[in-house]
Amino acid sequence: MTGAHPEHLAHHFDTAEQQFESGKLGMWIFLATEILLFGGLFCAYAVYRSIHPEIFVYAHRFLDKALGAINTAVLICSSFTMAWAVRCAQLGRQRALVRLLVATIALAACFLGIKYIEYQHKWKEGLLWGKYFRAKLEQPAGPPTARPTPAPTPAFNPDERSLIPPAAEGPGGLAKRGPEPLLASSPGPPKDVQVFFAVYFTMTGLHGIHVIAGMIVLALMLVRATKGEFGPTYFTPVDLAGLYWHLVDLIWIFLFPLLYLIR
Amino acid sequence: MANIDTTTDAGGRGAGQNALGGDNYLTHGRGLKSWLFTLDHKRIGLMYLVVILSSFLLGGIFAMLIRTKLLSPGNSALMDANTYNQMFTLHGAVMIFLFIIPGIPAALGNFVLPLLLGAKDVAFPRINLLSFYLWVTGALIALGSIVTGAVDTGWTFYTPYSTTTNTNVIAMVAGVFVLGFSSIFTGLNFVVSIHKLRPQGMTWFRMPLFLWGIYGTAILQIMATPVLGITLLLLIAERALGIGIFDPALGGDPILFQHFFWFYSHPAVYIMILPAMGIISELVSVFSRKHIFGYTFIAYSSIAIAVLSFLVWGHHMFVSGQSLLAGMIFSFLTFMVAIPSAVKVFNWLATMYKGSIWLATPMLYVLSFLFLFGIGGLTGLFLGALAVNVHLHDTYFVVAHFHYVMFGGTVIAFLGGLHYWWPKMFGRMYNELWGRVGALLVFVGFNTTFFTQFVMGSQGAPRRSYHYVSQFQPYHVLSTIGAYTLAIGLVIVAVNLAHSLFRGRPAPANPWGGATLEWQTSSPPPHDNFPTTPVAGDPYDVEAWTYDGRIGGFVKKAPAGQPAAS
Repeated sequence: MTGAHPEHLAHHFDTAEQQFESGKLGMWIFLATEILLFGGLFCAYAVYRSIHPEIFVYAHRFLDKALGAINTAVLICSSFTMAWAVRCAQLGRQRALVRLLVATIALAACFLGIKYIEYQHKWKEGLLWGKYFRAKLEQPAGPPTARPTPAPTPAFNPDERSLIPPAAEGPGGLAKRGPEPLLASSPGPPKDVQVFFAVYFTMTGLHGIHVIAGMIVLALMLVRATKGEFGPTYFTPVDLAGLYWHLVDLIWIFLFPLLYLIR
Repeated sequence: MANIDTTTDAGGRGAGQNALGGDNYLTHGRGLKSWLFTLDHKRIGLMYLVVILSSFLLGGIFAMLIRTKLLSPGNSALMDANTYNQMFTLHGAVMIFLFIIPGIPAALGNFVLPLLLGAKDVAFPRINLLSFYLWVTGALIALGSIVTGAVDTGWTFYTPYSTTTNTNVIAMVAGVFVLGFSSIFTGLNFVVSIHKLRPQGMTWFRMPLFLWGIYGTAILQIMATPVLGITLLLLIAERALGIGIFDPALGGDPILFQHFFWFYSHPAVYIMILPAMGIISELVSVFSRKHIFGYTFIAYSSIAIAVLSFLVWGHHMFVSGQSLLAGMIFSFLTFMVAIPSAVKVFNWLATMYKGSIWLATPMLYVLSFLFLFGIGGLTGLFLGALAVNVHLHDTYFVVAHFHYVMFGGTVIAFLGGLHYWWPKMFGRMYNELWGRVGALLVFVGFNTTFFTQFVMGSQGAPRRSYHYVSQFQPYHVLSTIGAYTLAIGLVIVAVNLAHSLFRGRPAPANPWGGATLEWQTSSPPPHDNFPTTPVAGDPYDVEAWTYDGRIGGFVKKAPAGQPAAS
């Protein structure tokens, strides 16, 4: 990357190569901070799941695995279009770059749309966090029937319950709130199911905020790409935006099995 | 060799020594906008210096109010008990988040780092300016909480009180969240600068040790601060949305907050001390007129401290109900983390041994640091011993310990560094006599204030307490007298420095005989830092510089066989 277009070379760098490498290093460091930010939430997940596994096994069935899987595929595709977009920028293929950026943003919007549907269902069923949890838990509620892409509901298998040890006593001072088992003889849902949803909404919510932020960044890249700012000598912003986008995808790839595929 | 033009100017000084009358970074571009939209790291550093010192003043005012109340053990007309809780919370939060964590890296590091690297600026000047504005925004949001319901939880915001108190925790915590991003971006900038902007010949182990200190600090800023970020977000979510993650009634755990909080806040204290130690490494060599002893050990110890600091957070929670095994492990690791700090202290002392000690004001701060940080660090070990901690936790002993390391360590080193780089930053020398008087008064006042608190704490006096039993009153009175002495000392320091801006002798390029690159450009530096890119040599080759009375500063000795540079 030597002999770069002088316009893009900042005065405090000696070469375009130094500038590019500095930008890359800076972005990787920023990604490390994002991993640590989410790390706190993954840690909370680990703590609560290890002390109350029954809550997680029970409550995750309220999540729609099919929608989650579709979203996973959507984000992976968006990472593909993003990576291809970076390659097009490197090759100076401006029209393809623009189209691929549009595709990435569109896929991100699709992800958010599906997430909205999921959230809306949770809201209707009262499957919310902490003090807003209002769902009736006699039976685990299936996903609503009216949806754009209906997926088969996992059948309720009472035998699955028998794999779980009985719910441990909660911490002292636990107020009796939330749903109670209907029959004394049946195991019923565990206490504090709302903990799962607190974890679910904070993790997917923070992730969703990052998706929105990513869309904004990609939109800015799109504007600059349409103006022809990127080419073989200067594609750093697209490259760095791509790195950020791949991290957003990667975080979802961890969220999906941890939240949706609990066994 | 550096290209200092040593022909004399009309004032008898070597031209290229002092640039006050000519073009320098202060005069390059005029008007408010040229400052508010600057990308010059030196101007950004100056703006940080102003707001950071202002924060120190604000935090200090809260401290003086607290100490004044504590003259008497009962109710006071000065403030009621609730207000007292707000006072110590604000004192802690302002001092920690607005002053001491950004402190040395933002105010001094920003100015000096590119100069030490022989570079024209940091790697990302625009992110640097963004960091500054994030600081301002975060500070305004946090301080806004004072008028909307000043927080009374203590700067540690422990749940469940912080989730249930009706003071404006969200504003304070949101402000700190934004300040955290300022810190992260500064750290990011510094890491990339040190990796990518070192000049030819400056390998990692030929870097000034201040840069090693800043590097270790930056690693901590990058890795630890996001954890505080998520902790504060969860606290806000808990208050605003009832998430329930810290509320036992909703299945949550309040101790989880403590783990999350201290996972950041312990590395944070090393963010506070590592740059200070870096400054001491620079000063001790220059003012002993001797090469630093044990460079490699000091360099590696900065990294060791940074790594180990992540492993000891549980020592803040020995009495919070964690298991004995966890307590033992954290206690052991706490003892381990003291070792690299001790390595540094021994190397500094070895540097002074058989050196030619020059008791200029910065050196008085070095000597203060060695004494005060020594006490602070050792008392940390007392607190790290499990059985002893049970008696000392939440007493004034803890308060004295952390003030010895934070003030006696970081602030003292900050003042030393400020006096050291002041001539470079402003092209003026301050009055040396008043500088020494200030340093002495600060030392005496500080010890009076806080040594008393060690004694009080070991006798069981609890911290954060509006009322106290009358047996402790003599200690409190003595401590308050010390606080006023300390305040007077700091006022003398401030007035002395401020006065130098108007009446100080114009400073030469190298008033102290340092061998690092910032002394190879004029005082103050030009906008682009160096007239020509300097060549990196040994940053501690202080014996290559000799004092020239005509310019009142140091010049490079000529190679053997030639007369000294004139």
